[in-house]
Amino acid sequence: MKKLLAGSALAALATTGMAYAQSAEGATACLITKTDINPFFVKMREGATQAAEELGMNLQAYAGEVDGDHEAQVDAVETCIAAGAKGILITASDTAAIVEPLQRARDQGILVIALDTPLEPIDAADATFATDNFEAGRLIGAWAAATVEDPENAKIAMLDLNESQPTVGVLRDQGFLEGFGIDLGDDSMWGDEDDPRIVGHEVTQGNEEGGRTAMENLLLQDPEIDVVYTINEPAAAGAYEAIRALGRENDVLIVSVDGGCPGVQNVAEGVIGATSQQYPLDMASLGIEAIAKFVEDGTMPETSEGLDFTNTGVNLVTDAPVDGVDSIPVSEGQDRCWG
Amino acid sequence: MADTAEIRAEESIAEFEHTRHGPLARLQHLLHNFPTLVPIIILTLSVIVFAIATDGRLLNGLAIKITLEQTAIVGLLACAQTLIILTAGIDLSVGAVMVLSYVCMGHLGVTYGVPAPLAVLAGMLLAMALGTVNGLLVTRVRLPPFIVTLGMWQIVLATVYLYTGSQSIRSQDIDAAAPLLKVFGARVQVGDWPLRIMGAPTIWAVILVVALFGTFWYVLNRTAWGRHVYAVGDDREAAELAGVRADGVLLSVYVVAGAIVGLAAWAAIGRVGSISPSSFAEANLDSIAAVVIGGTSLFGGRGTILGTLFGALTVGVFATGLKLAGANPQWVLFASGCLIILAVALDQWIRRISV
Repeated sequence: MKKLLAGSALAALATTGMAYAQSAEGATACLITKTDINPFFVKMREGATQAAEELGMNLQAYAGEVDGDHEAQVDAVETCIAAGAKGILITASDTAAIVEPLQRARDQGILVIALDTPLEPIDAADATFATDNFEAGRLIGAWAAATVEDPENAKIAMLDLNESQPTVGVLRDQGFLEGFGIDLGDDSMWGDEDDPRIVGHEVTQGNEEGGRTAMENLLLQDPEIDVVYTINEPAAAGAYEAIRALGRENDVLIVSVDGGCPGVQNVAEGVIGATSQQYPLDMASLGIEAIAKFVEDGTMPETSEGLDFTNTGVNLVTDAPVDGVDSIPVSEGQDRCWG
Repeated sequence: MADTAEIRAEESIAEFEHTRHGPLARLQHLLHNFPTLVPIIILTLSVIVFAIATDGRLLNGLAIKITLEQTAIVGLLACAQTLIILTAGIDLSVGAVMVLSYVCMGHLGVTYGVPAPLAVLAGMLLAMALGTVNGLLVTRVRLPPFIVTLGMWQIVLATVYLYTGSQSIRSQDIDAAAPLLKVFGARVQVGDWPLRIMGAPTIWAVILVVALFGTFWYVLNRTAWGRHVYAVGDDREAAELAGVRADGVLLSVYVVAGAIVGLAAWAAIGRVGSISPSSFAEANLDSIAAVVIGGTSLFGGRGTILGTLFGALTVGVFATGLKLAGANPQWVLFASGCLIILAVALDQWIRRISV
């Protein structure tokens, strides 16, 4: 099978070489995701497939069996090199260990683009297409500050991802606090802020059970919490259950990040006040377009202004827009949601 | 004369006994004879310590309500786990089987519109069936329980993710389609009379925990099956020589444990609110921790079901107490680890007496 793939890719290579018009048509691009079962990555694959079809490129998609399946990703990188791919899009399971196999690909002149998750170090990829998670947090923070009755005396619950403080969780958390107008202290970690408005930080593992338990623990410390930041929408749904059990669902503002379809539905129904939506489809389609450009005239993708990666966009989804914070209505969020 | 000599002899014998058994050895004997005592002492001590450390806030109604509700699901799983550990086995799959079971209930009841009672029944039967598979592999194929349930854990987890694509079913959708699924999350109210514990209302899941532990206390201590479970766990060959069909008892333990896991699945929907495939990732380990802290020996045959309940509550009190005292979430994990090692060390010390 591998041989067959390599053979056909070589043939494809030969034809593009002969054409020499530097068209991306017929060029091979690889998409390597963490798993096939998470709706986020399913949407990513959809975006890559669409873009590749439009540009007449071949797409080879690979995925690990579960999140953290590093070996499968290494195998996929090697297969892509052998197949003569022009570019690799990858959401790495192990952001440090994948660097070496990817370097071998880059040595062969293959364009490597990290999707969603930056590599360690970030410049181990030629480009990174990802959500600006700090901005995602900042949007919901600014929205919450403009929406809550008395932001100066707000009581804020912070529902984070897990104890090891992965980058994505820190960026969203610190972005939220920045947007709300709270001094961050060290912005590379959460939990060191001394603003009395923060009731506490709790971890949720990003699921409903964790969200509920974490919210209960914070309500125990201060039953008057009126603003809740959550790392993602499942955690937000859990937090809502805890708040509802105390009959306070109309007094508490919950904000979140992700933009999955159940989450946006929860915004529509008022469970979540606002959520920052990210776009896995765009990450992948922009990635494929970047590979096409690179094949055509060697153009390297550019980073967004002020960032060391390319921001693939994030929108605040709410039907209660506030001045000074851009947002899209829930109906648009539902059209663009994933999962 | 003869009388006094006899009395003296008796006294000296008593003295002799006394010097052989110092206060520590007496304690060792006492704990050996009443295995529930250790978890009771640990629970009482932790309540006292955290009540003081939190200026009494641990004992207010809301704190108690939350501790009980947060302990409920792990407590139910720990009940199943106790049965298996009493037979010198272990079940790493309880958490994952519970998740698959409630995913089954949720998808049948909400997505496919199957009547809620049937959906619940199907989910519980699924959990029992998987328990039966575990039991058959342990008794017929003679595989070690650790390996069987390690495999089952991964297979079931993968099935959950493949089937659901990591997507939850929203709480509001369950309310609309099959509210029966969430019945254990409802407040306990009989007529106009709400049950309150220290002034705070409680939920049916807590009642289920009490009822289940009560039932299995009776079953393990007062029925032949219960005594056979202990006998097989303590010394399988001796039990067989005494006429106990060890394999039959073992298999039945896994089936019963599966049924309890199915009940826990139903209760978990009420507790969490949604059908959440990514929740309870560490519930298997939490349930083992509760059993071990509750004083049940991992070598089988010794321990009590009520000890497990106190063990689970101890972890709950630590979690609530540490958070009320303002500790970072990492410390809960740290403290739970210390408790586990302490409990097993204590168990080893108590066991030495019987050698």
